[in-house]
Amino acid sequence: MEPTSARFKNNAREALDTPTLQAALTKLADGFPGRRRDAIARMPEFERLRDAARAIKEHTLDHLDVYLETFEARVNANGGEVHWCADADEARRTILDICRRAGARTVTKSKSMISEEIAINDYLERHGIRPVETDLGEYIIQLRREPPSHIIAPAIHLSAAQVADTFRASHTRRPKDRPLDEPTALLDEARAELREDFLTADVGITGANMLVAETGSNVLVTNEGNADLTHTLPRVHIVVASIEKIVPTLEDASIVLRVLARSATGQDVTVYTSFCTGPRRTGDPDGPREYHVVLLDNGRSKLLNTEFHDMLRCIRCSACLNHCPVYRAVGGHAYGWVYSGPMGAVLIPALIGLEEAAHLPNASTLCGRCESVCPMRIPLPRMLRAWRERQHREKKISWSARFGLTAWSFVAARPRFYRPLTALAIRALGNMARNRGRFRRLPLLGGWTRVRDFPAPEGETFMTLWRDAAERRGQS
Amino acid sequence: MPSSNPQSATRPSNAQIVRPRVGLFVTCLVDLMRPTVGFAALKLLEEAGCEVEIPAAQTCCGQPAWNSGDSAGARRVAKTAITAFETHRYVVVPSGSCAGMIRVHYPELFKGDREWEERAAALAAKTHELVSFLADVCGLRDVKARLDTIATYHDSCSGLREMGVKAQPRALLASVQGLELREGKEAETCCGFGGLFCVKYPDVSAAITDVKIADIVATGAKTVLGGDMGCLMNIAGRLKRRGSDVAVRHVAEVLAGMADKPPIAGD
Repeated sequence: MEPTSARFKNNAREALDTPTLQAALTKLADGFPGRRRDAIARMPEFERLRDAARAIKEHTLDHLDVYLETFEARVNANGGEVHWCADADEARRTILDICRRAGARTVTKSKSMISEEIAINDYLERHGIRPVETDLGEYIIQLRREPPSHIIAPAIHLSAAQVADTFRASHTRRPKDRPLDEPTALLDEARAELREDFLTADVGITGANMLVAETGSNVLVTNEGNADLTHTLPRVHIVVASIEKIVPTLEDASIVLRVLARSATGQDVTVYTSFCTGPRRTGDPDGPREYHVVLLDNGRSKLLNTEFHDMLRCIRCSACLNHCPVYRAVGGHAYGWVYSGPMGAVLIPALIGLEEAAHLPNASTLCGRCESVCPMRIPLPRMLRAWRERQHREKKISWSARFGLTAWSFVAARPRFYRPLTALAIRALGNMARNRGRFRRLPLLGGWTRVRDFPAPEGETFMTLWRDAAERRGQS
Repeated sequence: MPSSNPQSATRPSNAQIVRPRVGLFVTCLVDLMRPTVGFAALKLLEEAGCEVEIPAAQTCCGQPAWNSGDSAGARRVAKTAITAFETHRYVVVPSGSCAGMIRVHYPELFKGDREWEERAAALAAKTHELVSFLADVCGLRDVKARLDTIATYHDSCSGLREMGVKAQPRALLASVQGLELREGKEAETCCGFGGLFCVKYPDVSAAITDVKIADIVATGAKTVLGGDMGCLMNIAGRLKRRGSDVAVRHVAEVLAGMADKPPIAGD
């Protein structure tokens, strides 16, 4: 998708002015965080599991080459194939190639953020292949031709009424006056529509919550079972996954699974957890005849051993989105690309460039709640700051902001200047206030007074008052 | 991190009591906007048995530069703080985020500069947020203060997550006569201040503050208390813009019995 991250301010303004979105975000904030809290309360060892999960990922990243090659060898031994893709374009071409060889007309898809990252749907359509999203949320936004606004709840920005309207507009062969008020009616209709595609699809594309090196498996978690229909029914199964999804063993995968659902939805475990290991073997009653793993780098290996290294531990649970005050205010689309929330604000600049995504690391209060809930203990605020530092170093911030900061730190580093200058400024500001407690408008502080009053200072600075008091004490 | 009572920690047996030397870092916002908080901190510390000094060479902790990615600027400012407070046994700050800046980020800021890294680490180790210092280090359990109001406490983010300030202000506020403390569901949610964030993204910031304000109003509180001037100025400014008469104060003013001045942004 074409990024709109550079227009973050406008995107945010629009989001704030969209009542359905605001209602949805309030609902999200009232739901996921509480459910996560309850799930963790039921599990006294959760903090230790977080440490264990983090250690697994750290170890894996330190030996990424070894585990990826082990994974490839296992996939080959199972009769599958691994396709190493450096960037989105290579991944798209690889997938199209596999689809063409399979003579595919319809491709079913289960939810995959990597497939969003490489915008595979548009690409397949342009080449005459029909991709069908089978996760309910993804299905809805595919009909609306919108990007996901949340990692695990991609259509969270929509109301049930909006979904009903979308279904009426898209499912034109159904009776116009059918009732679609109940969520179950929407669900039933989507199931009925998808059933035929599940049965006729030639290729199934899934993502991977993890790749397991020791077995050459990919792990899939869903609550709808759609991934299982996507990878067992068609002749060909394509897994699209980024390189950091690898874990060494099944035991490691089970530890990550134990923190994943609890952090994401507050479930102890997702409804479906599937391990796919290669194509159908002789004697297997079902399963695909071909098993391909499209392994995507897309800039990730460049993050290794940089200040953004820890970001590669992310398991896409969305806990940071669910607890972020900025995400809660503006939702996912405002971030302007595939990802959103704190993890998006760190990852997007790495994937589409800091120039385009310049707003994202700055549009954060650095409140730290994301880091406190991240199952992988990723220091997200520290990395947001690291992007800011890079912007400052590369002189990518406005001249006035840069000048202001330099002038301020020059003065603040010199108490002998700072003291009289601030005393003078505060006295002037106090006089301007003329016994009112606040200002509705102030020159140079338009950003503040646009939405809030500026409190008037009490009068003199503390240091002035303290010095005067000390002099009085000295005289008496 | 020292956690014992400063008196007992420095009290020689059978000798006269040595009062711990505390350097008070009033912070730039208290210095400029609300000196009352500085005097309240001073009073609370002295009543808790500390010998308080207020170095004249202090300015700011450097947070605005640090959070803007200007590490060089932040280092310049941090060096003045490190130098100003080198000789004190403790450094106490009436702000969770300035204390967090020193405690958590100063050592990071000077990584690779051996001399200053050591000096920064030494300052970090002895730096405390005011209310947690009073409760955890001085062992203060109650205060002699009165304020007839219903109050709710806002956990400022850095105080909560970097300095572990949560129970201490509530415990001490419980001893304030006439004050009823009500918990907000969103007490731990950011107020939308975020330093320069609130002027760079005012619309988003205001939307975040409005969540906080709705929560404050839902508690029925007449007063909002907190430990960080930045958050308090933001909350007060937005409350006033929306025509609310809820008063906003720094928790130190209330604990010191100095809440007779008009509240922040109040007449």
